[in-house]
Amino acid sequence: MTESWWPVLAVIAVVVVTFVIGTFGVRVSRTTSDFLVASRSVTPLVNASAISGEYLSAASFLGIAGLVLTYGVDMLWFPVGYTVGYLVLLVLVAAPLRRSGAYTLPDFAEMRLGSQRLRLIASVLVVLIGWLYLLPQFQGAGITLHALTGAPSWVGAVVVAVVVGVTVATGGMRSITSVQAFQYWLKLAAISIPAVLLVGAWFRHGAPVFAAGDWGTPLSGYGGRDYPVYKTYSIVLATFLGTMGLPHVLVRFYTNPDGRATRRTTLVVLGLLSAFYVFPPVFGALGRVYTPELAGTPAADTVVLLLPGRVFGGWWGEALSSLVAAGAFAAFLSTASGLSVSIAGVLSHDLLGRTRRFGDGVRRFRIGTLVAVVVPFLLALVAGQLDLAQTVTLAFAVAASTFCPLLVLGIWWPRLTVRGASAALVVGGGSALGAVALVLAAGPFTGFVGALLDQPAAWTVPLAFGTAVVVSLRTRDRVPRATSAAMVRLHAPDELDLRR
Amino acid sequence: MHPRTAAARTASRRGVRRDVRDQTELGVTMLTSLRRTQLRLAVLVVLGVGVVVVGIPLVFLEFPAVSHARVGGLAVGWIILGVLVFPAICGAALAYVRHAERNESAFVDLVERS
Repeated sequence: MTESWWPVLAVIAVVVVTFVIGTFGVRVSRTTSDFLVASRSVTPLVNASAISGEYLSAASFLGIAGLVLTYGVDMLWFPVGYTVGYLVLLVLVAAPLRRSGAYTLPDFAEMRLGSQRLRLIASVLVVLIGWLYLLPQFQGAGITLHALTGAPSWVGAVVVAVVVGVTVATGGMRSITSVQAFQYWLKLAAISIPAVLLVGAWFRHGAPVFAAGDWGTPLSGYGGRDYPVYKTYSIVLATFLGTMGLPHVLVRFYTNPDGRATRRTTLVVLGLLSAFYVFPPVFGALGRVYTPELAGTPAADTVVLLLPGRVFGGWWGEALSSLVAAGAFAAFLSTASGLSVSIAGVLSHDLLGRTRRFGDGVRRFRIGTLVAVVVPFLLALVAGQLDLAQTVTLAFAVAASTFCPLLVLGIWWPRLTVRGASAALVVGGGSALGAVALVLAAGPFTGFVGALLDQPAAWTVPLAFGTAVVVSLRTRDRVPRATSAAMVRLHAPDELDLRR
Repeated sequence: MHPRTAAARTASRRGVRRDVRDQTELGVTMLTSLRRTQLRLAVLVVLGVGVVVVGIPLVFLEFPAVSHARVGGLAVGWIILGVLVFPAICGAALAYVRHAERNESAFVDLVERS
């Protein structure tokens, strides 16, 4: 808890700006075709900034530093994984996925395999993965406000839930590429400037040693982390393959005019993410020197917020604390609104839209937004406090065990069948979500079984791919007729312009 | 006449773009070959990244001396995972985009010329 209200004012400023622009800003772009129109006036750098702005969440801004502080060097695999996930996305799915014209993951499932039932399964998974990813955004907001003011942790969650709920329901936020782009640069400034100054201060203090023991040694299991080798590989697999299946990532790609532009934008995104991810571990490392008492406690995730005030006193420390607090809230708001739009869209179109009871499109979207925000908000109140970056990785693990096989096999393997894809979604999603549910409800577990449940990707991803391939081969007489046309659409170069 | 020959003859006058669009035997064959070229490139990049990524923890496990080694006061693990991986990722991405675009423009040349 700090003595100053400046950081709180900075948070309020970010919240108000987001709220005002989100609610009263450009309201025109609501439909997918408006997105296309907007995309032509947006340069690749702005678009890439927007994608990065939406991607850098509470886990990136606060969670990584907290994990590094507590568990040491092995935690660097989180930022590496979050970045390589985009490389894998670039290489395996980016251009074909844009050419598919799909706006959401269920759209892709239907476009490629033409099955309404598969679409429904995909819709349910989008909602569940989105909720799992929203949960740490709310928890992050809670611990941030708690660290700044001592307010109970539900206050921060309420703030984010209300701002996101209202802006998304009124239909603004999603369209405003420039806000998301601005939030990337705000986050980069908010993490890099304090980090550089902190390193400078650390040198002026005579570069004190970080820590004794195995904190800096790879795979040492420092901080009571058992099975470090299995967990490292499982985190790597989840983050590398999960990024492509996150609900809010695909929608942003739609703002690119074609497949080729999508590749180039993704390239810029990789540069922007790399620039950001160098900095969070610096806070974790310097936290060993200046705030070692946070390590291993639930407050470890607040090291980014507290460190500047601890190292620099006076107004200088307050200014830096305000900057990181603003960056943290930018992270919660941008990621949470992106996710909420994706979940609300799928809820209103694919799930609520199945009956007439919920009224017309706009009303359904509002109900969808309410459900999208309220469920993870309640979960955030009752679920045990896990590390932010750990919770996010569970969402990556579920995405890697479901949409990764659907996308990769759907794009590259013409023999995929509806049954193969459905079975993969059910088996991969069921096993990964089952593990997640057990951990959230009754965890943390110990022993090797605990490690398997904590980081399930290493076994659920191969299981899902295997299921898709085996079931598809056993139903090979049912390859959809439209497969060949879909393959042409996915892989024909944009310049060919087959519509001519 | 062999169907492939017939396809090639009709194609020669109007370009084979129509074959690709209408998924004639020729069009499908050509596009399948492009898809496989692009897949080979993608698998190459993913495997390259995979070998490095699987390899880093293995090196730490097998050669504990590496884990404790220091360069300029910083442990090697921190330098690799905290800094050096990022330019490597961006370099791999740039190389991939160049190759993928080259494969596509070669395909477009082929289609428009024949």
